[in-house]
Amino acid sequence: MSAWETDPLLQIERLTMRFGGLVAVNSLSFAVGRGDITALIGPNGAGKTTVFNCITGFYKPTEGRIAMALASGAFAQVGAATASGKTTIDGNLYLLERMPDFEIARYARVARTFQNVRLFSGMTVLENLLVAQHTRLMAASGFSIAGLLGLPRYREGVRAATERATYWLERVGLIERADDAAGDLPYGAQRRLEIARAMSSDPVLLCLDEPAAGLNPRESAELNDLLRFISGEHKTSILLIEHDMGVVMEISDHIVVLDYGQKISDGTAQLVRNDPKVIAAYLGVDDEEVEHVGKEARA
Amino acid sequence: MAEATPIQPTADITPEGAELQAEERARALAGEPPFAKSRPDPNRIRDSIRDAVIAAVVSLALFGPLVGLETTPLGSTLGLVPHWRTVAIIVAAVFVVRLLLNLFVWKSDKPVTASIGRFFGDEPVTFRDWLPILVIAGLLVAVNLVAGDVGLVVARLALAGLIIVIARKFIGPYMPALPYGKVFGVLFILVALVLPVISETYIPQQSRYLLDQGIVVLTYVMLGWGLNIVVGYAGLLDLGYVAFYAVGAYSFALLAFYFGWSFWICLPLAGVLAATWGMILGFPVLRLRGDYLALVTIAFGEIIRLVLINWADFTGGPNGISNIPRPSFFGIPFERGEGGFADVFGLPFNPVHRIIWLYYIILVLALVTGAIAARLRKLPVGRAWEALREDEIACRSLGINTTKTKLSAFALGAMFAGFAGSFFATRQGFISPESFNSLESFIILAVVVLGGLGSQIGIVIAVIFLNTVFELRELAEYRMLIVGLSMVLIMVWRPRGLISTRQPTAFLRQRKAVTADNISQGHG
Repeated sequence: MSAWETDPLLQIERLTMRFGGLVAVNSLSFAVGRGDITALIGPNGAGKTTVFNCITGFYKPTEGRIAMALASGAFAQVGAATASGKTTIDGNLYLLERMPDFEIARYARVARTFQNVRLFSGMTVLENLLVAQHTRLMAASGFSIAGLLGLPRYREGVRAATERATYWLERVGLIERADDAAGDLPYGAQRRLEIARAMSSDPVLLCLDEPAAGLNPRESAELNDLLRFISGEHKTSILLIEHDMGVVMEISDHIVVLDYGQKISDGTAQLVRNDPKVIAAYLGVDDEEVEHVGKEARA
Repeated sequence: MAEATPIQPTADITPEGAELQAEERARALAGEPPFAKSRPDPNRIRDSIRDAVIAAVVSLALFGPLVGLETTPLGSTLGLVPHWRTVAIIVAAVFVVRLLLNLFVWKSDKPVTASIGRFFGDEPVTFRDWLPILVIAGLLVAVNLVAGDVGLVVARLALAGLIIVIARKFIGPYMPALPYGKVFGVLFILVALVLPVISETYIPQQSRYLLDQGIVVLTYVMLGWGLNIVVGYAGLLDLGYVAFYAVGAYSFALLAFYFGWSFWICLPLAGVLAATWGMILGFPVLRLRGDYLALVTIAFGEIIRLVLINWADFTGGPNGISNIPRPSFFGIPFERGEGGFADVFGLPFNPVHRIIWLYYIILVLALVTGAIAARLRKLPVGRAWEALREDEIACRSLGINTTKTKLSAFALGAMFAGFAGSFFATRQGFISPESFNSLESFIILAVVVLGGLGSQIGIVIAVIFLNTVFELRELAEYRMLIVGLSMVLIMVWRPRGLISTRQPTAFLRQRKAVTADNISQGHG
């Protein structure tokens, strides 16, 4: 059995998102396994980014439930949580569709990157990573009072935050550029910095929106290593949207395929890559041929 | 075909090194153009004359009606007095200057201004570059000797600017890493601290005037530093800042009027009340962005002013509030006779004592504002403000509550305006809604923008500069013209303000300033 069936971290149930008359996501259900690298793929306009925006709270879903279980087995309480009308049960289970975006990042510990890189370009690389640790630093600064007075507690907090930032900068190979403006970095480095920034906030689930877009083959390979490291060493689950099949097939434990807002396939890389519906969606085969290919595959 | 074809990995389709080539191309385009400089235009003279004629015609169309025709009352009707000679002089001057600029600067291989430009830029100056700049300086000195009032002042300002530029070139090579900001900051504080002593000792006749000007400058510096939190750090365009200045002033005036409380009790209360109003007004406003935020803040500024005018029973309406108590020296009033400040300290009575005391109060208030603002910028909350200016959506994805962050910036900015307002009330002894019109908001905003968004030192320079121009009596009716002109010049040469770089709040190895083109201005 695979992790997304036995020990899911995130469960999306009958998620529907309508923009006026347009149904971007239609009754979508899937699960993200704890510790897995899960890929969300599909042709352009399939609704992948919309799903992301629903998970991270940038959109309020029209219908459906998005539940995040920080503790294993917390899904047993999902019915009770839904009925209670609250957003969480003891901090173990969060109902993301009820929470504003910044609370999802802060309490449910979901971090994300963006399709078009969104860095704080006028701030240095190090400052970007310090902003990511805002919640922790804010507590250390005693909501600015301890910080204004320069109390040891705040200085300790800054030291720890700088250490964490240094760790991630070394990981993504940007330690030499820590004091440069983020906007001065080349594109590939900006993508890596965005991942490092998301990881500095110490997430449980990392959502990456096309992390390999615009990277050259060497950079793509490095990205694979980085993502494997994040999921292997840090036990952070990853959910990624990606068009680069080299990345997707190589690192994913679990792939979910969307087309026209609906799930057309769900399973391991091996299963998905041989799924005739996926091939049809990507290569644009007509219906008759899909049936034909399907029969052949079954034979 | 038992197996379906696996999906072609798209990464393999991209040719190796295409990205590198693209980056190289981009770098080549960003730098010097790869092509050689074109040879001088053979039609240089013809083109120059044509261009100068066009400029002259435009200036004739502009200055003909503006300068050439003056209306004067002629009995019961209006008469027109022509000034064609002046117009002719202006148009001729435009033609000649434009022609010279065309021939020797814009269309020339070796622009005569190149050597002057080197003084402003970072390139080293050669021995020969000194000639033109010394000629200009000499001309300015000559103007100083012969010119009338207006020319005199302009020449002196230009000369002062020139001296600063030359001094920078002299000091630059020896001290490349000189922290200009810090040096200027320390100098500013030192001069501000000793100003009353020096002016009282050496220029007692003008001392009162100088100290009054110092108080005005420091008040605007304080307001600028307060607004800088909202506009410069958090990137929220607030055009109604004067409303909180008014709230602070009226808080003190009303508390003193109804309860008879003293300045020192009312000062913190005025700050708290202004901050509260900042939050009350900020809450509905902050979901707006950009132009809409600016418009609504103007409206809120006006609403407060109109309430002050119309709620006459409570605020005194357009008549304002008078007899606001003056601050005492730790309980000792500044009065003539028994028990007054002069009497207690055994000094001859002098009204300037009170002015000096006020001066030091606003100096301390301004320095405290500056220190707190600078310190907050380096704390998590300040970084969140700046991050908000850079990218609000990314902030939310990192767990920052943008509403609270914006409100905190709004409330803190308002609080400092409240302190300043309270000081304003006690200094004037009389306030009315007239003092808090929106022009005041625009002046404070202009100071922040001219100084460079986010730069405290820049704000000080901008306030001193604007106040000098406003106060120069020789300039008379040309004052606003010079203010406008200098703003246009600064916006052309330094579109992001006098000090446009940003100092990072934290560094690992080396503090490197962030250049202006990376810094976002905020979207409201």
